[in-house]
Amino acid sequence: MDLQVITNNFTFLIFQGFLGIGGFVGGTLRLAVPAIILGFILGIFIGLGRLARSRWVNYPATIYVEFFRGVPLVMVIFWFWFIIPVLIGKSLPEYSVALTAFVVFEAAYLGEIVRAGIQSVPRGQVEAAIATGLSHQRMMRYVVLPQALRNMIPALVTQFIVLFKDTSLASIIGYVDLTKAAQIVNNREIRPFELYLFIAVIYWLCSYGMSRCARRLEQRLAPGAA
Amino acid sequence: MTYNFDWSVLWSGQTGAWLVFGFVKTLQLSVLSWLLAVGLGMLSGALRTVPFALVRWCATFYVEFFRNVPLLVWMFFWYFGVSLLLPQIAQDWLFDHGAEYWAGVCALGVYHGARISEVIRSGIQSIPKTQFEAAASTGLSVAQSYCYIILPVALRLIIPPATNESLNLLKNSSVALTIGVAELTFQTRQIETYTAKAFEALTAGTLIYLILCLAVAFVMARVERRYAIPGMIAKSSAGIS
Repeated sequence: MDLQVITNNFTFLIFQGFLGIGGFVGGTLRLAVPAIILGFILGIFIGLGRLARSRWVNYPATIYVEFFRGVPLVMVIFWFWFIIPVLIGKSLPEYSVALTAFVVFEAAYLGEIVRAGIQSVPRGQVEAAIATGLSHQRMMRYVVLPQALRNMIPALVTQFIVLFKDTSLASIIGYVDLTKAAQIVNNREIRPFELYLFIAVIYWLCSYGMSRCARRLEQRLAPGAA
Repeated sequence: MTYNFDWSVLWSGQTGAWLVFGFVKTLQLSVLSWLLAVGLGMLSGALRTVPFALVRWCATFYVEFFRNVPLLVWMFFWYFGVSLLLPQIAQDWLFDHGAEYWAGVCALGVYHGARISEVIRSGIQSIPKTQFEAAASTGLSVAQSYCYIILPVALRLIIPPATNESLNLLKNSSVALTIGVAELTFQTRQIETYTAKAFEALTAGTLIYLILCLAVAFVMARVERRYAIPGMIAKSSAGIS
Protein backbone atom coordinates (compact mmCIF):
# COMPACT_ATOMS: atom_id res chain seq x y z
CA MET A 1 0.00 0.00 0.00
CA ASP A 2 1.30 3.40 -0.97
CA LEU A 3 -1.06 6.15 0.07
CA GLN A 4 1.21 8.85 -1.35
CA VAL A 5 -0.57 8.48 -4.66
CA ILE A 6 -3.82 9.51 -3.00
CA THR A 7 -2.43 12.58 -1.25
CA ASN A 8 -0.57 13.70 -4.39
CA ASN A 9 -3.69 13.52 -6.55
CA PHE A 10 -6.25 14.36 -3.91
CA THR A 11 -7.28 17.72 -5.34
CA PHE A 12 -7.67 16.32 -8.86
CA LEU A 13 -9.77 13.39 -7.69
CA ILE A 14 -12.03 15.40 -5.40
CA PHE A 15 -12.35 18.75 -7.15
CA GLN A 16 -12.24 17.59 -10.75
CA GLY A 17 -13.66 14.10 -10.40
CA PHE A 18 -16.19 14.43 -7.64
CA LEU A 19 -17.27 18.08 -7.69
CA GLY A 20 -16.49 18.95 -11.31
CA ILE A 21 -14.37 22.05 -10.66
CA GLY A 22 -11.41 22.13 -13.02
CA GLY A 23 -10.23 21.98 -16.60
CA PHE A 24 -12.59 19.22 -17.75
CA VAL A 25 -16.34 19.34 -17.90
CA GLY A 26 -17.10 16.66 -15.37
CA GLY A 27 -17.93 15.82 -11.82
CA THR A 28 -19.98 13.08 -10.27
CA LEU A 29 -22.17 15.48 -8.28
CA ARG A 30 -22.71 17.79 -11.23
CA LEU A 31 -24.26 14.86 -13.06
CA ALA A 32 -25.98 13.10 -10.16
CA VAL A 33 -27.89 16.03 -8.66
CA PRO A 34 -29.67 17.26 -11.83
CA ALA A 35 -30.24 13.64 -12.90
CA ILE A 36 -31.99 12.86 -9.61
CA ILE A 37 -34.17 15.98 -9.72
CA LEU A 38 -35.16 15.74 -13.39
CA GLY A 39 -35.56 11.97 -13.22
CA PHE A 40 -37.91 12.30 -10.27
CA ILE A 41 -40.03 14.93 -12.05
CA LEU A 42 -40.33 12.75 -15.16
CA GLY A 43 -40.93 9.75 -12.89
CA ILE A 44 -43.95 11.45 -11.27
CA PHE A 45 -45.52 11.91 -14.71
CA ILE A 46 -44.75 8.31 -15.70
CA GLY A 47 -46.22 7.03 -12.44
CA LEU A 48 -49.38 9.13 -12.83
CA GLY A 49 -49.56 8.02 -16.46
CA ARG A 50 -49.55 4.37 -15.44
CA LEU A 51 -52.52 5.02 -13.13
CA ALA A 52 -54.46 7.05 -15.68
CA ARG A 53 -57.77 5.61 -16.82
CA SER A 54 -57.30 6.64 -20.43
CA ARG A 55 -55.72 3.91 -22.51
CA TRP A 56 -53.88 6.49 -24.62
CA VAL A 57 -51.91 7.54 -21.55
CA ASN A 58 -51.78 4.24 -19.71
CA TYR A 59 -50.39 2.01 -22.46
CA PRO A 60 -47.48 4.22 -23.56
CA ALA A 61 -46.48 4.72 -19.92
CA THR A 62 -46.55 0.95 -19.32
CA ILE A 63 -44.52 0.23 -22.44
CA TYR A 64 -42.03 2.93 -21.44
CA VAL A 65 -41.54 1.38 -18.00
CA GLU A 66 -41.34 -2.22 -19.20
CA PHE A 67 -38.92 -1.31 -21.98
CA PHE A 68 -36.42 0.61 -19.89
CA ARG A 69 -36.57 -1.88 -17.04
CA GLY A 70 -35.65 -4.68 -19.43
CA VAL A 71 -32.57 -3.03 -20.92
CA PRO A 72 -29.16 -2.39 -19.31
CA LEU A 73 -28.25 1.22 -18.57
CA VAL A 74 -25.01 0.82 -20.55
CA MET A 75 -27.12 0.03 -23.60
CA VAL A 76 -29.28 3.14 -23.08
CA ILE A 77 -26.19 5.33 -22.75
CA PHE A 78 -24.86 3.93 -26.04
CA TRP A 79 -28.23 4.52 -27.70
CA PHE A 80 -28.12 8.21 -26.85
CA TRP A 81 -24.41 8.43 -27.60
CA PHE A 82 -24.79 7.04 -31.15
CA ILE A 83 -28.31 8.05 -32.07
CA ILE A 84 -28.44 11.72 -31.05
CA PRO A 85 -25.74 12.72 -33.61
CA VAL A 86 -27.68 10.90 -36.35
CA LEU A 87 -30.97 12.51 -35.37
CA ILE A 88 -29.88 16.10 -34.95
CA GLY A 89 -26.87 16.05 -37.26
CA LYS A 90 -24.24 17.14 -34.74
CA SER A 91 -22.76 15.49 -31.69
CA LEU A 92 -23.60 16.71 -28.21
CA PRO A 93 -21.14 16.96 -25.32
CA GLU A 94 -20.82 13.93 -23.04
CA TYR A 95 -22.55 15.77 -20.23
CA SER A 96 -25.83 16.26 -22.09
CA VAL A 97 -25.80 12.71 -23.44
CA ALA A 98 -25.17 11.19 -20.03
CA LEU A 99 -27.75 13.41 -18.31
CA THR A 100 -30.44 12.59 -20.90
CA ALA A 101 -29.72 8.86 -20.67
CA PHE A 102 -29.88 8.86 -16.86
CA VAL A 103 -33.08 10.90 -16.66
CA VAL A 104 -34.87 8.77 -19.27
CA PHE A 105 -33.65 5.49 -17.79
CA GLU A 106 -34.21 6.24 -14.12
CA ALA A 107 -37.64 7.78 -14.70
CA ALA A 108 -38.90 4.28 -15.50
CA TYR A 109 -37.79 2.96 -12.11
CA LEU A 110 -38.87 6.10 -10.23
CA GLY A 111 -42.23 5.96 -12.01
CA GLU A 112 -42.89 2.50 -10.60
CA ILE A 113 -42.06 3.75 -7.10
CA VAL A 114 -44.43 6.71 -7.52
CA ARG A 115 -47.18 4.39 -8.74
CA ALA A 116 -46.72 1.99 -5.80
CA GLY A 117 -46.70 4.95 -3.41
CA ILE A 118 -49.95 6.35 -4.76
CA GLN A 119 -51.57 2.93 -4.66
CA SER A 120 -50.53 2.52 -1.04
CA VAL A 121 -52.78 5.43 0.03
CA PRO A 122 -55.93 3.90 1.55
CA ARG A 123 -59.03 4.04 -0.63
CA GLY A 124 -60.95 5.74 2.19
CA GLN A 125 -58.74 8.83 1.85
CA VAL A 126 -59.75 9.24 -1.79
CA GLU A 127 -63.41 8.74 -0.95
CA ALA A 128 -63.19 11.23 1.90
CA ALA A 129 -61.54 13.78 -0.39
CA ILE A 130 -64.27 13.34 -3.00
CA ALA A 131 -66.92 13.60 -0.29
CA THR A 132 -65.59 16.99 0.83
CA GLY A 133 -66.00 18.18 -2.74
CA LEU A 134 -62.38 18.44 -3.86
CA SER A 135 -61.71 18.26 -7.59
CA HIS A 136 -59.55 15.40 -8.89
CA GLN A 137 -56.55 17.68 -9.24
CA ARG A 138 -56.86 19.14 -5.75
CA MET A 139 -57.46 15.71 -4.26
CA MET A 140 -54.21 14.49 -5.81
CA ARG A 141 -52.30 17.57 -4.71
CA TYR A 142 -53.54 18.00 -1.15
CA VAL A 143 -54.60 14.50 -0.06
CA VAL A 144 -53.06 11.70 -2.09
CA LEU A 145 -49.60 12.89 -3.12
CA PRO A 146 -48.44 14.12 0.33
CA GLN A 147 -49.31 10.76 1.88
CA ALA A 148 -47.95 8.83 -1.08
CA LEU A 149 -44.67 10.74 -0.90
CA ARG A 150 -44.21 9.72 2.71
CA ASN A 151 -44.75 6.06 1.87
CA MET A 152 -42.35 6.32 -1.05
CA ILE A 153 -39.38 7.73 0.84
CA PRO A 154 -37.52 4.48 1.60
CA ALA A 155 -37.80 3.11 -1.95
CA LEU A 156 -37.13 6.54 -3.42
CA VAL A 157 -33.91 7.09 -1.52
CA THR A 158 -32.74 3.57 -2.41
CA GLN A 159 -33.28 4.43 -6.07
CA PHE A 160 -31.51 7.78 -5.69
CA ILE A 161 -28.52 5.91 -4.27
CA VAL A 162 -28.64 3.51 -7.22
CA LEU A 163 -28.71 6.49 -9.58
CA PHE A 164 -25.81 8.12 -7.76
CA LYS A 165 -23.75 4.95 -8.15
CA ASP A 166 -24.84 4.54 -11.76
CA THR A 167 -23.36 7.91 -12.70
CA SER A 168 -20.00 6.12 -12.70
CA LEU A 169 -21.11 4.57 -16.00
CA ALA A 170 -20.91 7.99 -17.66
CA SER A 171 -17.15 7.44 -17.69
CA ILE A 172 -17.69 4.88 -20.49
CA ILE A 173 -18.41 7.66 -22.97
CA GLY A 174 -15.56 9.77 -21.61
CA TYR A 175 -17.28 11.98 -19.06
CA VAL A 176 -14.73 12.89 -16.38
CA ASP A 177 -16.43 11.82 -13.18
CA LEU A 178 -14.78 10.36 -10.09
CA THR A 179 -14.25 6.96 -11.71
CA LYS A 180 -12.75 8.45 -14.87
CA ALA A 181 -10.54 10.74 -12.78
CA ALA A 182 -9.20 7.69 -10.95
CA GLN A 183 -8.59 6.00 -14.31
CA ILE A 184 -6.68 9.04 -15.56
CA VAL A 185 -4.50 9.12 -12.46
CA ASN A 186 -4.00 5.35 -12.62
CA ASN A 187 -2.79 5.53 -16.22
CA ARG A 188 0.02 7.75 -15.02
CA GLU A 189 0.81 6.23 -11.63
CA ILE A 190 -0.20 2.54 -12.05
CA ARG A 191 -1.47 2.14 -8.51
CA PRO A 192 -4.87 0.58 -9.16
CA PHE A 193 -5.43 -1.06 -5.78
CA GLU A 194 -5.04 2.14 -3.76
CA LEU A 195 -6.85 4.39 -6.23
CA TYR A 196 -9.91 2.24 -6.78
CA LEU A 197 -10.18 1.48 -3.09
CA PHE A 198 -10.01 5.21 -2.37
CA ILE A 199 -12.83 6.11 -4.74
CA ALA A 200 -14.79 3.12 -3.42
CA VAL A 201 -14.58 4.70 0.03
CA ILE A 202 -15.73 8.08 -1.34
CA TYR A 203 -18.73 6.50 -3.08
CA TRP A 204 -19.43 4.50 0.05
CA LEU A 205 -19.43 7.56 2.31
CA CYS A 206 -22.00 9.31 0.09
CA SER A 207 -24.27 6.31 -0.41
CA TYR A 208 -24.20 5.24 3.19
CA GLY A 209 -24.71 8.82 4.35
CA MET A 210 -27.76 9.13 2.12
CA SER A 211 -29.27 5.92 3.47
CA ARG A 212 -28.70 7.04 7.07
CA CYS A 213 -30.36 10.40 6.37
CA ALA A 214 -33.28 8.58 4.79
CA ARG A 215 -33.74 6.40 7.83
CA ARG A 216 -33.86 9.45 10.08
CA LEU A 217 -36.26 11.26 7.78
CA GLU A 218 -38.48 8.19 7.70
CA GLN A 219 -38.66 8.07 11.48
CA ARG A 220 -39.49 11.75 11.73
CA LEU A 221 -42.23 11.55 9.11
CA ALA A 222 -43.72 8.31 10.44
CA PRO A 223 -47.42 8.65 11.26
CA GLY A 224 -47.90 9.36 14.93
CA ALA A 225 -44.45 10.94 15.38
CA ALA A 226 -44.44 14.49 16.72
CA MET B 1 -32.13 12.96 -41.06
CA THR B 2 -30.44 10.90 -43.72
CA TYR B 3 -29.69 7.43 -42.50
CA ASN B 4 -29.71 4.33 -44.68
CA PHE B 5 -30.91 1.31 -42.85
CA ASP B 6 -29.05 -1.85 -43.70
CA TRP B 7 -30.18 -4.66 -41.48
CA SER B 8 -28.04 -7.20 -43.33
CA VAL B 9 -25.02 -6.03 -41.29
CA LEU B 10 -26.41 -8.18 -38.49
CA TRP B 11 -25.85 -11.46 -40.30
CA SER B 12 -23.40 -10.79 -43.13
CA GLY B 13 -19.76 -11.68 -42.53
CA GLN B 14 -18.69 -12.33 -38.97
CA THR B 15 -21.23 -10.13 -37.24
CA GLY B 16 -23.85 -12.82 -36.77
CA ALA B 17 -21.33 -15.05 -35.04
CA TRP B 18 -20.26 -12.11 -32.85
CA LEU B 19 -23.79 -11.59 -31.63
CA VAL B 20 -24.14 -15.29 -30.81
CA PHE B 21 -20.78 -15.33 -28.99
CA GLY B 22 -21.78 -12.23 -27.05
CA PHE B 23 -25.11 -13.75 -26.10
CA VAL B 24 -23.45 -16.95 -24.88
CA LYS B 25 -20.81 -14.99 -22.96
CA THR B 26 -23.48 -12.87 -21.28
CA LEU B 27 -25.32 -16.02 -20.22
CA GLN B 28 -22.14 -17.70 -18.94
CA LEU B 29 -21.07 -14.62 -17.02
CA SER B 30 -24.53 -14.08 -15.55
CA VAL B 31 -25.12 -17.69 -14.52
CA LEU B 32 -21.72 -18.14 -12.91
CA SER B 33 -21.84 -14.87 -11.01
CA TRP B 34 -25.47 -15.51 -10.09
CA LEU B 35 -24.42 -18.77 -8.40
CA LEU B 36 -21.68 -16.93 -6.53
CA ALA B 37 -24.08 -14.11 -5.59
CA VAL B 38 -26.78 -16.47 -4.33
CA GLY B 39 -24.25 -18.43 -2.27
CA LEU B 40 -22.80 -15.29 -0.71
CA GLY B 41 -26.23 -13.72 -0.33
CA MET B 42 -27.76 -16.71 1.43
CA LEU B 43 -24.83 -17.04 3.76
CA SER B 44 -24.54 -13.38 4.70
CA GLY B 45 -28.31 -12.83 4.71
CA ALA B 46 -28.78 -15.68 7.17
CA LEU B 47 -25.80 -14.60 9.25
CA ARG B 48 -27.26 -11.11 9.65
CA THR B 49 -30.19 -12.54 11.60
CA VAL B 50 -28.41 -15.04 13.89
CA PRO B 51 -28.15 -14.33 17.63
CA PHE B 52 -24.32 -13.86 17.61
CA ALA B 53 -23.28 -10.20 17.55
CA LEU B 54 -19.79 -10.61 16.06
CA VAL B 55 -21.01 -12.77 13.16
CA ARG B 56 -23.84 -10.34 12.50
CA TRP B 57 -21.43 -7.45 12.49
CA CYS B 58 -19.12 -9.10 9.94
CA ALA B 59 -22.00 -9.91 7.62
CA THR B 60 -23.34 -6.35 7.93
CA PHE B 61 -19.93 -4.94 7.06
CA TYR B 62 -19.76 -7.07 3.91
CA VAL B 63 -23.25 -6.06 2.78
CA GLU B 64 -23.00 -2.34 3.53
CA PHE B 65 -19.55 -1.96 2.04
CA PHE B 66 -20.09 -3.77 -1.25
CA ARG B 67 -23.64 -2.59 -1.83
CA ASN B 68 -22.86 1.11 -1.56
CA VAL B 69 -20.10 1.35 -4.15
CA PRO B 70 -20.73 1.38 -7.93
CA LEU B 71 -20.32 -1.91 -9.76
CA LEU B 72 -18.00 -0.24 -12.27
CA VAL B 73 -15.55 0.63 -9.48
CA TRP B 74 -15.64 -2.98 -8.32
CA MET B 75 -14.94 -4.15 -11.87
CA PHE B 76 -11.79 -2.02 -12.01
CA PHE B 77 -10.89 -2.95 -8.47
CA TRP B 78 -10.98 -6.71 -9.09
CA TYR B 79 -9.46 -6.58 -12.55
CA PHE B 80 -6.67 -4.02 -12.09
CA GLY B 81 -6.23 -3.97 -8.33
CA VAL B 82 -6.70 -7.43 -6.85
CA SER B 83 -5.11 -9.32 -9.73
CA LEU B 84 -1.81 -7.50 -9.08
CA LEU B 85 -1.77 -8.65 -5.46
CA LEU B 86 -1.90 -12.34 -6.35
CA PRO B 87 1.30 -14.44 -6.44
CA GLN B 88 3.13 -14.47 -9.77
CA ILE B 89 2.07 -18.03 -10.70
CA ALA B 90 -1.58 -17.28 -10.12
CA GLN B 91 -1.26 -14.07 -12.15
CA ASP B 92 0.32 -15.89 -15.10
CA TRP B 93 -2.39 -18.53 -15.04
CA LEU B 94 -5.13 -15.90 -14.84
CA PHE B 95 -3.85 -13.84 -17.74
CA ASP B 96 -3.66 -16.99 -19.85
CA HIS B 97 -7.21 -17.97 -18.95
CA GLY B 98 -9.19 -14.78 -19.41
CA ALA B 99 -8.48 -12.72 -16.30
CA GLU B 100 -11.12 -10.18 -17.30
CA TYR B 101 -13.79 -12.87 -17.28
CA TRP B 102 -12.93 -14.06 -13.76
CA ALA B 103 -12.64 -10.50 -12.50
CA GLY B 104 -16.08 -9.83 -13.97
CA VAL B 105 -17.50 -12.89 -12.22
CA CYS B 106 -16.00 -11.79 -8.90
CA ALA B 107 -17.20 -8.20 -9.26
CA LEU B 108 -20.75 -9.16 -10.28
CA GLY B 109 -21.01 -12.02 -7.79
CA VAL B 110 -19.72 -10.16 -4.76
CA TYR B 111 -21.65 -6.96 -5.53
CA HIS B 112 -24.94 -8.70 -6.18
CA GLY B 113 -24.31 -11.10 -3.31
CA ALA B 114 -24.54 -8.10 -1.01
CA ARG B 115 -27.78 -7.00 -2.68
CA ILE B 116 -29.35 -10.47 -2.64
CA SER B 117 -28.33 -10.72 1.01
CA GLU B 118 -30.70 -7.85 1.80
CA VAL B 119 -33.54 -9.62 0.00
CA ILE B 120 -32.92 -12.83 1.92
CA ARG B 121 -32.62 -11.01 5.22
CA SER B 122 -35.99 -9.31 4.72
CA GLY B 123 -37.44 -12.72 3.81
CA ILE B 124 -36.11 -14.26 7.01
CA GLN B 125 -37.35 -11.35 9.09
CA SER B 126 -40.85 -11.69 7.64
CA ILE B 127 -41.11 -15.23 9.04
CA PRO B 128 -43.13 -15.24 12.29
CA LYS B 129 -41.07 -15.42 15.45
CA THR B 130 -42.97 -18.56 16.50
CA GLN B 131 -41.27 -20.54 13.73
CA PHE B 132 -37.89 -19.90 15.32
CA GLU B 133 -39.25 -20.83 18.72
CA ALA B 134 -40.91 -23.98 17.40
CA ALA B 135 -37.64 -25.02 15.75
CA ALA B 136 -35.71 -24.45 18.97
CA SER B 137 -38.29 -26.32 21.05
CA THR B 138 -37.97 -29.43 18.88
CA GLY B 139 -34.31 -29.51 19.86
CA LEU B 140 -32.74 -28.21 16.61
CA SER B 141 -29.54 -26.19 16.87
CA VAL B 142 -29.42 -22.69 15.31
CA ALA B 143 -27.66 -24.06 12.22
CA GLN B 144 -30.15 -26.89 11.83
CA SER B 145 -33.20 -24.68 12.24
CA TYR B 146 -31.85 -22.33 9.55
CA CYS B 147 -31.11 -25.20 7.15
CA TYR B 148 -34.33 -27.15 7.57
CA ILE B 149 -36.96 -24.59 8.54
CA ILE B 150 -36.10 -20.92 8.17
CA LEU B 151 -34.23 -20.81 4.85
CA PRO B 152 -36.61 -23.11 2.89
CA VAL B 153 -39.56 -20.96 3.93
CA ALA B 154 -37.69 -17.69 3.32
CA LEU B 155 -36.56 -18.77 -0.15
CA ARG B 156 -40.15 -19.42 -1.16
CA LEU B 157 -41.26 -16.05 0.18
CA ILE B 158 -38.65 -13.99 -1.63
CA ILE B 159 -39.12 -15.26 -5.18
CA PRO B 160 -40.49 -11.95 -6.59
CA PRO B 161 -37.79 -9.61 -5.20
CA ALA B 162 -35.09 -12.22 -5.86
CA THR B 163 -36.20 -12.43 -9.50
CA ASN B 164 -35.95 -8.67 -9.72
CA GLU B 165 -32.45 -8.75 -8.31
CA SER B 166 -31.39 -11.59 -10.62
CA LEU B 167 -32.59 -9.56 -13.62
CA ASN B 168 -30.55 -6.64 -12.31
CA LEU B 169 -27.53 -8.93 -12.31
CA LEU B 170 -28.25 -9.98 -15.89
CA LYS B 171 -28.53 -6.37 -17.03
CA ASN B 172 -25.51 -5.29 -14.98
CA SER B 173 -23.36 -7.96 -16.66
CA SER B 174 -23.12 -5.40 -19.47
CA VAL B 175 -20.83 -3.31 -17.25
CA ALA B 176 -18.19 -6.04 -17.75
CA LEU B 177 -17.53 -4.59 -21.20
CA THR B 178 -15.44 -1.90 -19.50
CA ILE B 179 -12.79 -4.45 -18.53
CA GLY B 180 -12.95 -6.14 -21.92
CA VAL B 181 -15.21 -9.14 -21.40
CA ALA B 182 -16.63 -9.93 -24.85
CA GLU B 183 -20.28 -10.11 -23.77
CA LEU B 184 -23.33 -8.92 -25.65
CA THR B 185 -22.93 -5.16 -25.25
CA PHE B 186 -19.25 -5.44 -26.11
CA GLN B 187 -20.09 -7.31 -29.33
CA THR B 188 -22.82 -4.81 -30.15
CA ARG B 189 -20.27 -2.04 -29.92
CA GLN B 190 -17.82 -4.03 -31.99
CA ILE B 191 -20.37 -4.43 -34.77
CA GLU B 192 -20.98 -0.70 -34.59
CA THR B 193 -17.26 -0.02 -34.84
CA TYR B 194 -16.74 -2.31 -37.84
CA THR B 195 -19.86 -1.46 -39.83
CA ALA B 196 -20.72 2.07 -38.59
CA LYS B 197 -24.32 0.91 -38.35
CA ALA B 198 -25.13 2.00 -34.80
CA PHE B 199 -28.88 1.83 -35.09
CA GLU B 200 -29.04 -1.77 -36.30
CA ALA B 201 -26.40 -3.07 -33.91
CA LEU B 202 -27.95 -1.43 -30.86
CA THR B 203 -31.42 -2.60 -31.85
CA ALA B 204 -30.20 -6.19 -32.04
CA GLY B 205 -28.48 -6.00 -28.65
CA THR B 206 -31.42 -4.24 -27.00
CA LEU B 207 -33.93 -6.78 -28.33
CA ILE B 208 -31.85 -9.71 -27.09
CA TYR B 209 -31.67 -8.19 -23.60
CA LEU B 210 -35.40 -7.43 -23.62
CA ILE B 211 -36.34 -10.95 -24.70
CA LEU B 212 -33.97 -12.48 -22.16
CA CYS B 213 -35.39 -10.38 -19.32
CA LEU B 214 -39.02 -10.98 -20.29
CA ALA B 215 -38.38 -14.73 -20.60
CA VAL B 216 -36.79 -14.93 -17.14
CA ALA B 217 -39.62 -12.87 -15.65
CA PHE B 218 -42.21 -15.13 -17.32
CA VAL B 219 -40.60 -18.34 -16.07
CA MET B 220 -40.16 -16.96 -12.57
CA ALA B 221 -43.79 -15.87 -12.39
CA ARG B 222 -44.77 -19.52 -12.97
CA VAL B 223 -42.23 -20.72 -10.41
CA GLU B 224 -43.63 -18.22 -7.95
CA ARG B 225 -47.18 -19.54 -8.40
CA ARG B 226 -45.97 -23.13 -8.14
CA TYR B 227 -44.08 -22.61 -4.88
CA ALA B 228 -46.30 -20.03 -3.19
CA ILE B 229 -47.06 -20.69 0.46
CA PRO B 230 -50.84 -20.06 0.49
CA GLY B 231 -51.36 -17.90 3.58
CA MET B 232 -48.06 -16.01 3.54
CA ILE B 233 -47.74 -15.04 -0.12
CA ALA B 234 -51.26 -13.62 -0.14
CA LYS B 235 -50.41 -11.44 2.82
CA SER B 236 -47.15 -10.12 1.42
CA SER B 237 -48.48 -9.41 -2.08
CA ALA B 238 -51.43 -7.53 -0.58
CA GLY B 239 -48.90 -5.34 1.16
CA ILE B 240 -47.07 -4.52 -2.05
CA SER B 241 -49.96 -3.65 -4.34
